[in-house]
Amino acid sequence: MSLTAKDKAIVKEFFAKVAPKAEEIGNEALSRTLFVYPQTKTYFSHWADLNPGSANVKKHGLTVVRAVLNAVDLIDDLKGGLLTLSELHAFMLRVDPANFKIINHNLLVALAITFPDDFTPDVHVSVDKFLAQVSLALSEKYR
Amino acid sequence: VVWTEQERAFIQEIFGKLNYEEAGPKALSRVLIVYPWTQRYFGSFGNLCNSEAIIKNPKVAAHGKVVLRGLDRAMKNMDDIKNTYKELSVLHSEKLHVDPDNFKLLADCLTIVIATSMGTSFTPEKQAAWQKFLAVVVSALCRQYY
Repeated sequence: MSLTAKDKAIVKEFFAKVAPKAEEIGNEALSRTLFVYPQTKTYFSHWADLNPGSANVKKHGLTVVRAVLNAVDLIDDLKGGLLTLSELHAFMLRVDPANFKIINHNLLVALAITFPDDFTPDVHVSVDKFLAQVSLALSEKYR
Repeated sequence: VVWTEQERAFIQEIFGKLNYEEAGPKALSRVLIVYPWTQRYFGSFGNLCNSEAIIKNPKVAAHGKVVLRGLDRAMKNMDDIKNTYKELSVLHSEKLHVDPDNFKLLADCLTIVIATSMGTSFTPEKQAAWQKFLAVVVSALCRQYY
């Protein structure tokens, strides 16, 4: 399920609209990940406040979305471009890769909420494929 | 399954805001576009060649409404979805031969459709209740498979 030229074009065009709302999207996506899938809170036990919209959640949500936006620029070589991030997730954070699907789902929900008209089925499939490729690249160094 | 009063209220609210005639067709066409292998179950539906064809396909629209009416039944029988869906489960397993993994795909697409129509009023709390409801529905549909 690799990215076609059409997927890449759709992703680039759509994420250009996402960039100005990065903080909003990041907050929605991470808040929902922690709230709807409470097992994900285990990775953030060092935070005081894990509630939707908290300062920690907003800040980290933005970090995540900025990284996704960066991945859009690296779309022609995600594995190479995300190598350092993969090492971080594999050796330091040791996030179980099953969780990538969870945050991806909530990113899609955040996008659907924020861009009800632009997040068409065609955009949805290309973004879903892109996020899956990002997850694969992030998993690269795990074993 | 134990439902809190809050969860029941959220589910009622979400269904109350749904336009069944639109949401069902939107969710079904979305699953056929986003997860194209699901088209395997709709060979008799005619033109599913591209997303425009799928979205305009009258059989897809009609069937989307059927699906949503089925979910309405679950919502009206929240305390016994298992038994409410017994025959539907047998139908999907014995007659339609649907791989149960597909149920989750349609559930996810319906969640996305609801997110587009409700916007930020689809809060994390409502999303949690809604996804719990869909998980129970999916589990009930899977129950009669062997």
